[in-house]
Amino acid sequence: MVKILYFARLRDQLSCAEEQFELAVGKSSIDEIKRQLAARGDPWSEVMQDMNLLVAVNQVIVEPTAIVEPGDEVGFFPPVTGG
Amino acid sequence: MIKVQQEDFSLASEYEALWADAPKIGAIVTFTGLVRDFNADESVTGLFLEHYPGMTEKVLAQLVEDAKKRWPIINVRIIHRIGELKASDQIVFVGVNSEHREAAFAACEFLMDFLKTKAPFWKKEQRQSGDTWVEAKATDQERATRWQS
Repeated sequence: MVKILYFARLRDQLSCAEEQFELAVGKSSIDEIKRQLAARGDPWSEVMQDMNLLVAVNQVIVEPTAIVEPGDEVGFFPPVTGG
Repeated sequence: MIKVQQEDFSLASEYEALWADAPKIGAIVTFTGLVRDFNADESVTGLFLEHYPGMTEKVLAQLVEDAKKRWPIINVRIIHRIGELKASDQIVFVGVNSEHREAAFAACEFLMDFLKTKAPFWKKEQRQSGDTWVEAKATDQERATRWQS
């Protein structure tokens, strides 16, 4: 299992702040997780296909090819707008 | 010192802390960001600041490390507020001290440019007609990119 967190606009769009997600195999790439989430249909597919979507693993921004292991924390969020 | 907090902060106290820190200090540069008049849109009644607890602090600490590698700065203080804010409220503080002004000026601007493009904060404008998430600006990204050359 991995913990997935959704922030800001994404959390509103998905009506989901956090979930426990079962990896299909022992390890998974972010791309694979995105494909599985998108398979839930709208609004998930729309959110996961957004070119501006950012993803962090264990609170560090990663590329979609990054590998996720059980126990990891995955965060999905839009471009940041602080300051 | 990095703080993410709901409470307001005192510029005087932050300045005092930067002043008192070390005898070598010859320059203190501080930046304070305020909540603007919401793009002059009168229907906006307030602003809400969300962040990614844990990651925010990590990103800011890494930015301070990056700045310290680049310039001979001595101490850095960063405060970012979260939660409900109104127009003209203080929202962010970055203070840097160093022996000479060049390092403090440059590091302070570097830290703000990357805070705006890397630290996981999000602004939501509150309107009578409903809330709207603020869009990221390309100009902020361009400002941060300048430092890579």
